Amino acid sequence: MTAAPLHFRNERLMLDPSGAAFWPARRVLMVADLHLETGTAHAARGALLPPYDTRATLERLTRLLRLYRPARLLALGDSFHDAGGPARLAREDRARIEALGREAQFIWVAGNHDAAPHDLPGQCVAEHREGPFTFRHEARLELGPREIEISGHFHPKASIESRAKRISRPCFVAGPNRLILPAFGSLTGGLDVREPPIARLFPRGLRVFLLGQDQLYSFALEQLGRLPEVA
Amino acid sequence: MAALPPLFQNWFAAKGWRLRPHQAAMLTAAAAGADALLIAPTGAGKTLAGFLPSLIALSARPSPGLHTLYVSPLKALGTDIARNLQAPAAEMGLEIGIETRSGDTPANRRARQRQAPPHILLTTPESLLLLLSQENAGAYFASLAAVVVDEIHALAGTKRGDQLALCLARLRTLSATRVAGLSATVAHPEALRRYVGPAARLIRAEDGAPPEVRLALPEADIPWSGHMGLRAAGLVLERLAQAGMSIVFVNTRAQAELLFAAIWKLNEDNLPIAIHHGSLDIAQRRKVEAAMAAGRLRAVIATSSLDLGIDWGGVDQVLQIGAPKGVSRLLQRLGRANHRLDEPSRAILVPANRFEVLECEAAIEGVREKALDGDPPRPGGLDVLAQHMLGMAVAAPFRPDDLYREVTAAAPYAELSRRDFDDVLRFVEDGGYALAGYERYRRLFRDSQGYVHPANERVARQFRFNIGTIVEAPMIRLRLAGRRGGAGAHLGEVEEYFVNQLTPGDSFIFAGRVLRFLRLRETVAEVVEAPGREPKVPAYAGARMPLTTNLAARVRAMLHDPSRWGAFPAQVQEWLDLQRRRSRLPGPDGLLVESFPREGRWYLVVYAFEGRNAHQTLGLLLTRRMERAGQAPLGFVASDYVLAIWSARRPERIAELLREDMLGDDLEEWMETSSLLRRTFRQVAVVAGLIPRQLPGAERSRRQVTVNSDLIYDVLRKHQPDHVLLRATRADAAHGLIDLARIAALLRRARGRITHMALSRVSPLAVPVLLDIGRERVEGEAEEALLEEARALAAEAAAEEGQGSDFNHGPAAPNMLFQPP
Repeated sequence: MTAAPLHFRNERLMLDPSGAAFWPARRVLMVADLHLETGTAHAARGALLPPYDTRATLERLTRLLRLYRPARLLALGDSFHDAGGPARLAREDRARIEALGREAQFIWVAGNHDAAPHDLPGQCVAEHREGPFTFRHEARLELGPREIEISGHFHPKASIESRAKRISRPCFVAGPNRLILPAFGSLTGGLDVREPPIARLFPRGLRVFLLGQDQLYSFALEQLGRLPEVA
Repeated sequence: MAALPPLFQNWFAAKGWRLRPHQAAMLTAAAAGADALLIAPTGAGKTLAGFLPSLIALSARPSPGLHTLYVSPLKALGTDIARNLQAPAAEMGLEIGIETRSGDTPANRRARQRQAPPHILLTTPESLLLLLSQENAGAYFASLAAVVVDEIHALAGTKRGDQLALCLARLRTLSATRVAGLSATVAHPEALRRYVGPAARLIRAEDGAPPEVRLALPEADIPWSGHMGLRAAGLVLERLAQAGMSIVFVNTRAQAELLFAAIWKLNEDNLPIAIHHGSLDIAQRRKVEAAMAAGRLRAVIATSSLDLGIDWGGVDQVLQIGAPKGVSRLLQRLGRANHRLDEPSRAILVPANRFEVLECEAAIEGVREKALDGDPPRPGGLDVLAQHMLGMAVAAPFRPDDLYREVTAAAPYAELSRRDFDDVLRFVEDGGYALAGYERYRRLFRDSQGYVHPANERVARQFRFNIGTIVEAPMIRLRLAGRRGGAGAHLGEVEEYFVNQLTPGDSFIFAGRVLRFLRLRETVAEVVEAPGREPKVPAYAGARMPLTTNLAARVRAMLHDPSRWGAFPAQVQEWLDLQRRRSRLPGPDGLLVESFPREGRWYLVVYAFEGRNAHQTLGLLLTRRMERAGQAPLGFVASDYVLAIWSARRPERIAELLREDMLGDDLEEWMETSSLLRRTFRQVAVVAGLIPRQLPGAERSRRQVTVNSDLIYDVLRKHQPDHVLLRATRADAAHGLIDLARIAALLRRARGRITHMALSRVSPLAVPVLLDIGRERVEGEAEEALLEEARALAAEAAAEEGQGSDFNHGPAAPNMLFQPP
């Protein structure tokens, strides 16, 4: 796995091909949109999806914690698929989160799927500010003059015209003053970065980092599949 | 022999008909209460043979209640047959209620049919399952005396056939009905007879006049490759002008569009010629069918969308453009012409390339010898069983032992193990996951006596919504953009993957017009007409069916035996002769492999003749092995006849590469990640009710919260690889997209009998497949490599542009984004 460095002013972030980002200076690991308990949320509505998504997501998270040894883990909202998620955690999965909570301090930023605080280790906050960064779930259209925002929410993905076919992958989206993380959850779909909800956040252009098996693939907006336009 | 009652004798006499032997045999079987399978050619009075026993019974004692159920694969067929039954009933003054029922039947009529069923109800397998899942199914079907299954050969062996077999088993539990199957001639009559019932009688009608099938070639050179047959447009138009009404069959929707355009370019007399395929708007298809029935058209260019269907009577000839692919399929298509038993159906085959000339000749020989092909029936799908179980629970509580007995009475499930049955039941109950604490989300529960009930009303609703075994690829609707951005006419649907290949401004042909792609809005692709543009070849091919084993064996045998080349055009004979002198001819046994260098690459050509699907799989497996052997494979292309692989180093030790153990670890490893398996899993998951059917027009922007079946597949494969749905997926893929059975047969056949010709240049027989390189899309497995290539290209382009980038990060140039650590 090769992480790619990304610079905001004098701060360096390492983008990991798993979809997480690490801030070495402060030893902060960040992930967005874990969507834990997606399986049971659907099961409760009658679609018996496999219940292994929480376990799969936590296993990937555990590997990252072993790799980066962060002091803090920032979950950028929608950590659970719905408000009932924390209560539906299987006993082993809850124990796993509690064990991880002893290795790093958890900061749970509230999302639109999981706005209410819960009883898991760490603190539940609406937003988190640290250094030049504001961490929140959903990006704001207007940012303060010196503000740099790191968010999730959109599950961004992008597609590339390769020689043989169009390839679509989840991705990081970076602009001059903001970064959007891809969803880290195991059953999460995505929204194309060219769709207006994401595109309008980057009036001065954007760069995407597509998640690959062992590395990221970086492209500028205009290198993606051409934007459809009415002739 | 059964005698007709006087009323029917008079009616037959008035028509100038006499009872045919197979019709009499069907009457005798019915009188004995026996199941029967009637195999008869078109025009043999098959439908009447199926219904006569019911009409006679109903003329004697028309008590209320459902008497006869007719099931066919097509709604339109039911409607047509209902009309054809009304006539004799009226002429004999019989008071028989005859009605159709399908998804299109208005709600009020469906409700009335539930209260007061007609004597004869005509329906489809899906509507039948819906009826059987009603709470009053027991009372509704108690009086049932007969089931007539039409075109049963088109159902048995498919998932719809599995579903129907389970429904028939349930009908036999609910009533004392007999079953009559009506079929065209098939390769496996005994298996089909068992499908109808374990003791069903097999009744064969006399054959009609043998069809007259001829080959026609355009005068110019016979092309080396290509499958569209566009050069034959002029020839086809000539034949259409000489006949009253024709059907021109092609193999793909893309071919239909291109040929239609090519013919209309030449059609100066404006012969009324239409087009018909599965992507076209349903209203437009109905219009074409109506015009055909009314005799207002001279020809229709069609895909398999017209393989089955109502009789048009007036069709004089059938043309097949491109490879026939199989003898049975060709016969089915030939049967669409001339529905009179004593006159031959006339057909013309137009091959699109040299290999297809061989294939057409082999098919003509196969038709003459009545050597039908088709795979022997495979075991019933577990996903279909899951859907059926849910339906049965919704109808009435059941005991698993009872349902197991009923299900194994259906031929496709006769060998179903109790373990598989229990696993499917557990899946339907609570997902069947090996994880404690999930039982609270169950769909079914068991009471203290062991009866299985649905957990709540929602279960029944979800079942009704998800019924059916046909899972369409995700579709995108095509709409003409109106003026000022308004909505224009709706043209039809194309597969989502096709639209994904288009970039705005690309042109393609659809419904006979050249269209330019503008943009994608949610699930609608907006297009404008762009006449005169050079269209990108449309690739919405749908499923391409592979060459059958039977026909492939015939082609190999013909190829190997110069004494049988007489039927071939001179060009083809010369081509084969050159191959014989330069290399070898592929034989009926063993396996010919050639290798040769060309333009800095090495080529390996495997003459396997096992069909595209099998060759694709073989290509993926073989390139893995060559990779490990250090031969640096670069790519491959698969046709129906051969597989060609190119590599940077010389391919060696061919026999070792092609050892049978290829189907062991290599296969397992590849199946883990294959996109083919993901595609199959999606279908299995929808049929089994794991994920809901995609609603047409579902919001695209909600995608980020809807669950993606690929991700479910990945999670499940990792955490419970033996889950029953994964077993069902592997079984499906082995028969379908991966076609393992044929690769296994090939490797067995080849063992110890591989002829490797190390040549200094390309052989004549290898030319066609080499010309296909670049034209065929390889099922992409190497996404990472493609991404890296695209990234490198983009970086290179950006470097040449210099500072023209969008924004800067940090102190230095845009490349700071990739500053090394």
